[in-house]
Amino acid sequence: MEIHVISYLILSTVMMFAGIYGFFTRRNLLAILISVELMLNATNINFAVFNRYLFPGVLEGHFFTLFGIAISAAETAVAIAIMINVYRNVRNIQTDDINEMKG
Amino acid sequence: MEYTILILLLPVLSFLVLALAGMKMSHRVAGLIGTLSLCAVTVVSYLTAYAYFAMPRQADGTFAQLMPYNFEWLPFTDALHIDMGILLDPISVMMLVVISTVSFMVHIYSFGYMKGERGFQRYYAFLSLFTFSMLGLVVATNIFQMYVFWELVGVSSYLLIGFYYTKPEAIAASKKAFIVTRFADLGFLIGILIYGYYMGTFTFDPAQEDLMQGALMLPWALGLMFVGGAGKSAMFPLHIWLPDAMEGPTPVSALIHAATMVVAGVYQVARLFPLYIAYAPETLHIVAYVGAFTAFYAASVACVQSDIKRVLAFSTISQIGFMMVALGVCTGMPSHEGGLGYMASMFHLFTHAMFKALLFLGAGCIIHAVHSNEMSAMGGLRKYMPVTHITFLIACLAISGIPPFSGFFSKDEILTACFAFSPVMGWVMTVIAGMTAFYMFRLYYGIFWGTENKALHAAHTPHESPLTMTFPLMVLAAVTCVAGFIPFGHFVTGDGLSYDIHLDSTVALTSCVVAVVAIALATFIYVRDRQPVADALARRFPRLHEAAYRRFYMDEAWLFVTKRIIFRMVSTPLAWFDRHVVDGFMNFLAWATNASAEEVQPMQSGRIQAYTVWFLCGIIVLTLLLML
Repeated sequence: MEIHVISYLILSTVMMFAGIYGFFTRRNLLAILISVELMLNATNINFAVFNRYLFPGVLEGHFFTLFGIAISAAETAVAIAIMINVYRNVRNIQTDDINEMKG
Repeated sequence: MEYTILILLLPVLSFLVLALAGMKMSHRVAGLIGTLSLCAVTVVSYLTAYAYFAMPRQADGTFAQLMPYNFEWLPFTDALHIDMGILLDPISVMMLVVISTVSFMVHIYSFGYMKGERGFQRYYAFLSLFTFSMLGLVVATNIFQMYVFWELVGVSSYLLIGFYYTKPEAIAASKKAFIVTRFADLGFLIGILIYGYYMGTFTFDPAQEDLMQGALMLPWALGLMFVGGAGKSAMFPLHIWLPDAMEGPTPVSALIHAATMVVAGVYQVARLFPLYIAYAPETLHIVAYVGAFTAFYAASVACVQSDIKRVLAFSTISQIGFMMVALGVCTGMPSHEGGLGYMASMFHLFTHAMFKALLFLGAGCIIHAVHSNEMSAMGGLRKYMPVTHITFLIACLAISGIPPFSGFFSKDEILTACFAFSPVMGWVMTVIAGMTAFYMFRLYYGIFWGTENKALHAAHTPHESPLTMTFPLMVLAAVTCVAGFIPFGHFVTGDGLSYDIHLDSTVALTSCVVAVVAIALATFIYVRDRQPVADALARRFPRLHEAAYRRFYMDEAWLFVTKRIIFRMVSTPLAWFDRHVVDGFMNFLAWATNASAEEVQPMQSGRIQAYTVWFLCGIIVLTLLLML
């Protein structure tokens, strides 16, 4: 059974806006990170889907997806390391409480 | 003549050494550095003068104009550039001799006079600076270099008048001198600019076609330059700073305010003399009238002053008036008749520098002895200070025009030139020469004869000054005795040609008789212990006496013009405009920037999420714009 391309795009759009919404509204660093991952993966889905449906003979879109996953993994590692350090110093990872460096 | 650069280098080096390291030296070392460098400058100047005048004359009978150095300093266009260099011609070489001699004497004299003063090293540093500036002024190769050094002498004069900077009068006097001369120099600068604009050059000899084209503007340029010269040379009504400048140390008055700086205006006119005579004879005659009036005014004020340095100051003003008159009465007549005044003026400048420096240095000895400038503290000093007495008497005879002292010869030439110009001018100047003799002998009798101030002298017996102070007096007195016999006409003349000075017997006899009568009158009035005639005259004409004593209210007139008219009518509204309109606009700009900053400041919250919201809004707006 063939799934229509629209279904994929709806999914990625929902994920994208869920990510944007979460990024704006959450005050918890971990939740913000998750939102960023959501947006990233929404684009990954778009890459894979457009490659699969528009240019079936080539693999560039898939490669970009793989790059995206690798980069998001690295980014997550850095972000979590920062969060742990912030937690050690502030005992909290709510963005509202991290204001020591503010001028 | 490449060694002439030493004349400028040595004083500036000694100034730098004394100014930078002077405070670490002892008084003796600092003074020796200044004096030795000046000694070297004097030797080099004499060598230069000897070598210059020993040169063979050119084919047309004049001395060549030499420029050992002349480098381009500020180029504006190909033709118009400011140069710095050294120009040697008869008058600049003559001035080198005058300045270095007087300056050297003053350096020696200051050893005794300034002994133990605080700031002794600073004093010598300023003296070196002044000497450098004055020498640079006379060897200037163009009008702009002259102006640069002109301002430098103004600064050194300011520094030296205000040497006793803890004394309020000295501060006020130094400011007055600086502001008045600076105000006059505004005219000089405008004159230079007009000159540069129309002549296309700053040198003293513009191209013939430029002269033809700019001939209409040249009198204005020269007249404006003369305003600057009148300020420096204390011509009426810009003379008000010179009497006050006597607040400075007396050797400084001798050097700057008697012998060298104050004749800068005369030198300036003499330097531009060929242009005056060819293109602006009317301006030259204005110079003569200004000089004559100043000479008369200053002589009449000098007759009643009681401060000996003030008397000498007014006498200086009067004598500079004589030099200006001599230059001003020159005409374009051929041979030596038209240019006689030029020679006479330079001759008088030379002799006056010597005997007036001698008078001031003598006055310094007297002030040193009685610790006061007022004649009331003096009287009967001749038995305490024989050397000062004799040298002072020689200088008084010289300035009065008694032969065979130098002043007689130069003054006689001036009077001859005046009579050649117009008999009225000649008689007026003769009368002023008589007044000169009268007030100088009034001064002389007041100091050395008359009643002794016993009360003052009992507490502190006056004594002759040390050799460092009397030696310069003797040297200058010797020069004053013999300078009249210098064949000046062989060195400096209006057209550059050599000729023998011959005394006009009528003029010489008249001026001698007038001088002798004036001296006799002064003797009759002032030689005795009490002075019934002088007191009676003062009582008979109280208004006149008071007015002359207060210098005919010239200072008050200037204060009225500046304070009442300029300050109130011009400066105050301008200040209001500046404070309210100009400053107000600037304040408004600052306030508006500040206020808008206050408004946008909350946007810089530091919360990334807030920024991203704005970012998203921006994207949405852009997207909508693109879609439309």
